[in-house]
Amino acid sequence: MDATPINAHSGTPGEPIRANYLNVNYGLKSWLLTTDHKRIGILYLISITIFFALGGIFAALIRLELMTPEGDVVSSEMYNKLFTMHGVAMIFFFLIPSIPAVFGNFLIPMMIGARDVAFPRLNLMSWYIYSIGGVFTFAAMALGGVDTGWTFYAPYSSTYSNSNVALTAVGIFILGFSSILTGLNFIVTIHKMRAPGLTWFRLPLFVWAHYATSLIQILGTPVVAISIVLVALERLLKLGIFDPKLGGDPLLFQHLFWFYSHPAVYIMILPSMGVVSEVIACFSRKRVFGYPFIAFSSLAIAVLGFLVWGHHMFTSGQSVYAGMIFSVLTMLVAIPSAVKVFNWTATLYKGSVSYQAPMLYALGFIGLFTIGGLTGLFLATLATDVHLHDTYFVVAHFHYIMVGGAIMGYMAAMHFWWPKMTGRLYPEGWAKFAALVIFVGFNLTFFPQFVLGYLGMPRRYHVYPPEFQVLNVMSTAGASILAVGYIIPLIYLLWSLKYGPAAGANPWQAKGLEWTTPSPPPPHNFERTPVVTEEAYAYESKPYPEEAEVV
Amino acid sequence: MDQGIPLFPEAASTMAGKVDALYFFLVAVAVFFAALIFISLTVFALKYRRRSETEVPPSIHGSTPLEIAWSVIPLGLVMIMFAWGAKLYFDAYNEVPPDAEEVYVVGKQWMWHIQHANGRREINELHVPVGRPIKLIMASEDVIHSFYIPAFRLKKDVVPGRYATIWFQATKPGRYHLFCAEYCGTGHSKMKGWVTVMEPAEYQAWLSGGVVGESMEAAGERLFNQLGCNTCHRADGTGRGPSLVGVFGKPVRLLSGETVIADEAYIRESILNPNAKIVAGYPSPTIMSTYQGQISERGILQIIAYLKSLSKEERSQ
Repeated sequence: MDATPINAHSGTPGEPIRANYLNVNYGLKSWLLTTDHKRIGILYLISITIFFALGGIFAALIRLELMTPEGDVVSSEMYNKLFTMHGVAMIFFFLIPSIPAVFGNFLIPMMIGARDVAFPRLNLMSWYIYSIGGVFTFAAMALGGVDTGWTFYAPYSSTYSNSNVALTAVGIFILGFSSILTGLNFIVTIHKMRAPGLTWFRLPLFVWAHYATSLIQILGTPVVAISIVLVALERLLKLGIFDPKLGGDPLLFQHLFWFYSHPAVYIMILPSMGVVSEVIACFSRKRVFGYPFIAFSSLAIAVLGFLVWGHHMFTSGQSVYAGMIFSVLTMLVAIPSAVKVFNWTATLYKGSVSYQAPMLYALGFIGLFTIGGLTGLFLATLATDVHLHDTYFVVAHFHYIMVGGAIMGYMAAMHFWWPKMTGRLYPEGWAKFAALVIFVGFNLTFFPQFVLGYLGMPRRYHVYPPEFQVLNVMSTAGASILAVGYIIPLIYLLWSLKYGPAAGANPWQAKGLEWTTPSPPPPHNFERTPVVTEEAYAYESKPYPEEAEVV
Repeated sequence: MDQGIPLFPEAASTMAGKVDALYFFLVAVAVFFAALIFISLTVFALKYRRRSETEVPPSIHGSTPLEIAWSVIPLGLVMIMFAWGAKLYFDAYNEVPPDAEEVYVVGKQWMWHIQHANGRREINELHVPVGRPIKLIMASEDVIHSFYIPAFRLKKDVVPGRYATIWFQATKPGRYHLFCAEYCGTGHSKMKGWVTVMEPAEYQAWLSGGVVGESMEAAGERLFNQLGCNTCHRADGTGRGPSLVGVFGKPVRLLSGETVIADEAYIRESILNPNAKIVAGYPSPTIMSTYQGQISERGILQIIAYLKSLSKEERSQ
């Protein structure tokens, strides 16, 4: 994942070199001033990988500290900064941009048969805004860090914390605009730039998922930007907004924060669901079961996701009747999620199932997302949430969704479209091995935390009672396996850039317009505008296999 | 570490068993659906594995009856979860038994300060009798804390600027963890202690032992006089402010025409922000000055205890 151009010669030796988006021009300037959605996707890939590595290092230090009940690796101040910066790096700078900014950018124009997104220069600007936000946040970390938790609860964040809250707030505020502009770009692109014949119900489900995600990005992100500005104003100018000593209300912050940050969960998970729909269909060689139900369940999740923020506040002192409303609405969100899982499972029925690496990640996603979703019911149920709120049960639940779900989907996407993006195949054996290591490491890390949570271990604890140690040691052991699982793909993917065999246009014999063009794609994606005459995933429609280019 | 891996917490309150029953129902539903998905995935993935590179599986678009089934059945189940959970939540947070003994809790970075009605104080320790309902009235001096007793399956955030109340009835003598569950800064993980549940007789002995200073009421009365509240709020109603005898817990008519119940939150607000709710018949703006910054959360709780005692006397007369 290096910014220097890759030798993208993808044909067999002796064949003339074909122009593609990687070799069309060279040099740093050609990348930093590019308006090609594919190159912008690669720029994002490099940026978010840096933040993923940073967040991973913070996580490693957290798990190291928690091996023993005493505080012996880092001080309490440092521990609090570590979990805060882990959350900030992973959520704002990795998970929220991850699939949309990398794969959405790269693939949506290709999937709909367009040359680029609707606003290519705005797209580049989004990446610059992301980077400026990243520089501010990185500066806040380097200058001593921030210790409020990624949730920035007032009045701790606005009055009491002595860390770099304002600088971090500025970074996240700037970052938000990148997300808004990307969402805007996708919505316009999907509305206006579909190829002839590509009706809404012929769109790949990946595109539907990104459409739903973009709606949330546009409608939700301004609210978190406002609440972060208000924290900064209270901190710098002593305006009374959240701190009761200044006449403010701490719960107002929670309402504003979760109004965005709960839907943000769906920003992180919906694109992964889109990936899984693509991968499951391809490796079952079958259309996705219940296409309209999966498509509309994405929209249902996006809409209902805006109405459930109060389930983060069941113990906060909000009215018990408000709690009941938020509980029942949260229960409703479970239904479209369940519908998706059932439909994916049914897709395998009577399919032709093969187990390449992307499929292993997609199956891993379904399993882990199922556990994450079902444990969400424990937190949506009022009386059990009173016990489980702010314990390790919550930590385990959202890591099953965010890591077991969102990152598994991200890894599935990486392995599915890597040959398309680079023109190279990675070593399949290593990829399967890494998927297995990640699956085992993940479960060992986070399953014990469900047990810890019901036992009553609060989250964000630097020191803890000794009876919780065994489960914490299991979790730390799992985390080290997980770390290995993430490092292996980094190595073989980089290796494949130089040594991987040429992929050909369609190594998985997949359906979808992105597979009809060579790998890596030419600068303008298609030689001529494709005309679509069939539904997505019509794996039965043509005698198979049909490849645009022989490997 | 010597007793192996703990898997389940102790249950020591009337609520704990009820929450556990609901928890087991949730576990059963979760295990059933997880197993359904895992087994289906495994069976389908093996049974329909690709046998030849050229095979073309049948085209299946979907099934509306199946979609309805797997929407409606889960919907029914989650509604049971909702109703069951809501019932217990309401009982835990709202249905305080009227005879509950009141204990006052103040959270501050990073300790729990607890005071019993008779004046006995403790820090990061809470002693309670078995078999009697206890009501906690909690306030925070600084940031948000959360009072959490896992063995009672009970937690409530203590948000500055407002009172949080919870109640419980312990069922089993013993020592149980008390945690701060809401992140509150550097010493958050050290803001913890113990709840000691005792037999009633033992508890009575404990309560009257140790250094017992003034009772909450007596301390509140002293503060009431010391801060000069008594010069205007005279008992006979002839002062410049309304008499506070017999007011607590009763409806109060306001200048605005509204009626509010004179509860803990109302008293606290009137001390810190006297103009917020002026009693009907008194001038607006009020002549009373704010006591913000002159009285601690603990002091306010003591004055509240004193005003409550004025209402009890009135009732018994």
